[in-house]
Amino acid sequence: MNGEELTEQETALYDRQIRVWGADAQRRLSKSHILVYGMKGTVAEFCKNIVLAGVGSVTLVDDREVTEEALSANFLILPDENLYHGKTLAEVCCDSLKELNPMVHVSVEKGDISTFGVEFFGKFDAVVISCCSLAKKKLINQKRQKLPKRVAFYTVDCRGCCGEIFVDLKDYKYSKKKLEETVECQLEFPSFEDTISVPWKALPKRVSKLYFAMRMIEQFEDAEGRNPGETSIADLPGVLKLRKELCETNSVNESQIPDALLERLLIGTSEYPPVCAIIGGILGQEVIKAISGKGDPLKNFFFFDAMDGKGLIEDISEPKPVS
Amino acid sequence: MASQEQLSAIKRAKVLMVGAGGIGCELLKTLALSGFQDIHIIDMDTIEVSNLNRQFLFRQSHVGQSKAKASTFTGILQAFSLVARDAVLRFRPNISITPYHANVKESRFNVDFFKEFDVVLNGLDNLDARRHVNRLCLAADIPLVESGTTGFLGQVTVHLKGKTECYECQPKPAPKTYPVCTITSTPSKFVHCIVWAKDLLFAKLFGDKNQENDLNVRSSDTANSSEHSEDVFECRKDEDIERYGRRIYDHVFGHNIEVALSNEETKDVLPEKQTKENGNKEKGCAADDVSAMVSLSLKNPQDIWNLVENSRVFLEALRLFFLKREKDIGNLTFDKDDQLAVEFVTAAANIRASSFGIPLHSLFEAKGIAGNIVHAVATTNAIIAGLIVIEAIKVLQKDNNNYRMTYCLEHPSRKLLLMPVEPYEPNRSCYVCSETPVSLEVNTQRSKLRDFVEKIIKAKLGMNFPLIMQGASILYEVGEDLEEDMVAIYAANLEKALSELPSPVTCGSVLTVEDLQQEFSCSINIKHREEFDEEKEPDGMLLSGWVEAPVDKDNNKPIGNDESTSNALPSGETLEGEKDDEIQETSEVVEAFTGKKRKLSEVSEVTAPDPSGPSSINQNKPKKLDIDDEADELIISDDWESLTKKKKL
Repeated sequence: MNGEELTEQETALYDRQIRVWGADAQRRLSKSHILVYGMKGTVAEFCKNIVLAGVGSVTLVDDREVTEEALSANFLILPDENLYHGKTLAEVCCDSLKELNPMVHVSVEKGDISTFGVEFFGKFDAVVISCCSLAKKKLINQKRQKLPKRVAFYTVDCRGCCGEIFVDLKDYKYSKKKLEETVECQLEFPSFEDTISVPWKALPKRVSKLYFAMRMIEQFEDAEGRNPGETSIADLPGVLKLRKELCETNSVNESQIPDALLERLLIGTSEYPPVCAIIGGILGQEVIKAISGKGDPLKNFFFFDAMDGKGLIEDISEPKPVS
Repeated sequence: MASQEQLSAIKRAKVLMVGAGGIGCELLKTLALSGFQDIHIIDMDTIEVSNLNRQFLFRQSHVGQSKAKASTFTGILQAFSLVARDAVLRFRPNISITPYHANVKESRFNVDFFKEFDVVLNGLDNLDARRHVNRLCLAADIPLVESGTTGFLGQVTVHLKGKTECYECQPKPAPKTYPVCTITSTPSKFVHCIVWAKDLLFAKLFGDKNQENDLNVRSSDTANSSEHSEDVFECRKDEDIERYGRRIYDHVFGHNIEVALSNEETKDVLPEKQTKENGNKEKGCAADDVSAMVSLSLKNPQDIWNLVENSRVFLEALRLFFLKREKDIGNLTFDKDDQLAVEFVTAAANIRASSFGIPLHSLFEAKGIAGNIVHAVATTNAIIAGLIVIEAIKVLQKDNNNYRMTYCLEHPSRKLLLMPVEPYEPNRSCYVCSETPVSLEVNTQRSKLRDFVEKIIKAKLGMNFPLIMQGASILYEVGEDLEEDMVAIYAANLEKALSELPSPVTCGSVLTVEDLQQEFSCSINIKHREEFDEEKEPDGMLLSGWVEAPVDKDNNKPIGNDESTSNALPSGETLEGEKDDEIQETSEVVEAFTGKKRKLSEVSEVTAPDPSGPSSINQNKPKKLDIDDEADELIISDDWESLTKKKKL
């Protein structure tokens, strides 16, 4: 027996999911601590999923105020001004999440996440960030790289009807079932910075266009000093120019990244609830797997586009040298 | 992101959700957030604790105390549909959600009711109800979006009359059944022991005494016994419950309990005396809370008890039934939420298993098998709900070329975790939507009309209120406003052999069967056959031309079917099978396709065209998706590795 038993209450509540991933995994979940940054619709979905799953604690960071827009895709925010007046997004979501599962400890951390020290991130088993600029993503990923303890790292972003998840589990050891047996596996994940530095030409031919398009928009926002998601159709010429440059530098054909796709991403500043549910669900599953140490993790990007309905995994990493 | 036309189509739409459980909660939430304003929900269930891990609109405070009290809706038990509605109105106060706490099979949900809606979204957990809704949607000509989840697997399918397959065009395997002799004499798997313990022993001891029961004891014993086997299971008037228990044990397990108990393998098994003393502990317990595990201090439902522990649980559970729940005896059917029943069945199954060299299982595992429990998590339901809404919006816009069946996989196939596939054209041989006749081989001189109605019309063809005719003569019908003499004639007809009916049914007869509520009719060609194999054809009837998947494969279930056993085949000669522990994901997803049908468009994938940019195309010319060319021509065959391309006409 590893550690304490699940309580009778937990066994009853989690019966159906224990049948999916086992009591041992459930125990590990109940001791885990998750940090979440950027409380938009997709992240709200994700938080709902992990709270229902019975994690130990969830810490929310988002000092922004509640706006009309936030209400549109985030079901954790009740449209009652009396309830949300004077509270930050994180605080409002915290209240709702607590209701979903009283056994999970949900709290809020205030402040600018870029200033939090390395030790802060060390308190968690998994860190999930959204609505982050390129610079912030790199920064947080680096801080957590410095930790001796393994902290799972995820970024998630949805633009219009497209969504993206990035996963970095460092050196990850886990088990999985192969037929009747349990097999031990190991995977090495590249850091966020290393991943996006992989030259495009080195990538397999059929890599999702969404990967390139998202990186482009990300860089554009970074270069223009915009907040994540602060774009519009007026930015298309600027983005097309950036595309030309990047494609030249990378020796890639511009047709790899269609105009129409870039347009959709630029216009898609608000979230599309069905995509939030899908991305939030996939992300929830990934975090649960990583905490429980069971099952193949997603390595290392996941993309979904409601236009074609495909949800696919791309492994963006340095191709291994041929011996 | 929804365009303006999408948004207005969404606002105007009237949507019907059938089923408000796991998928239902997620679906209702996503529909509300996506801008739907007129949603109706039909669901007949009430809320239980085990629902709360994923049905997030519900709280602990909504949970009722005992399912047994469900017959009167006292308000203690909270209905799914009502609570779900209230929860969603909190974050979308201005939309209209109309709940119906009812069974979708009720006559008020007829074709006219269904015609009011723009699309129907199913979030059901049983095959029976799905077929029923399928037929109503066909009759009403309303699009249906079907879905199901099990653990990490899920699927969403779209059905439009005349354009795509209906829900029943594809084989939908019936629940697994096992041959009688496997259950009574030659079990080889734990599930066989569970079926024995639940459907035979439990039913015999605690269920309706008048029910036919195949529980036969080891034939070697009957030669010695001077009693009729029926009497053996009765508790005699002066018999002490303890002795009764031991007598039953000896009788059914064929080995002496004293011997079994003396083979103590573990030291911390309770000494015999304590089981009697434990009686004192129970004085304060309500009947519902009675538990053998509690009185034997067995704390962990995940532990696998040894033979001695199982024997003690068996005896203790039996004793507690007679002592504390006497009034239930004779009326009980197995209920997975009845703790004592689960303990009894677990113990009995384990003792039997050990006699046959089958590995023992924990209560937790046994409960899952006996209760047909579907394992479920919130994330899969959320993903599927998102996919349902995307399809629903396409349906509202009549975006015919872009409907997709989407599969949510646990392990990626060619990089895809969410795999969209084009829907297929209707199956020309589907007896539901293409009205193809089916054939029945039966011994018309031996088989009675009753068997035909129960096993074929209701169980296999899924009709709930059938009308059976030969030519102009009505052989049988069900209805509220029938005249008394007709009712009497039909009742008499049920007991007659087919060839002896007022309008005799013989070889070459053609019967027409209709279900007026489903507005569904079917022709059956009758062929006479003398002999049937008792093992392989225990019903004595063989239906063909009716698409059914092979039942002898393990784990033949479409995703998300059958948590409830409401569609159980009538017991008698065949016994209800149970779900195995492991899900073999490939066979489940794969079961959906037979690979013989034509796709909706025979050319390769048509996507939303790329209006500008270097790779712009002519709108009229279909273009393959660049991401993974081959994936769109996927036929999911039995062998994942060899995905074949479809031959084009």
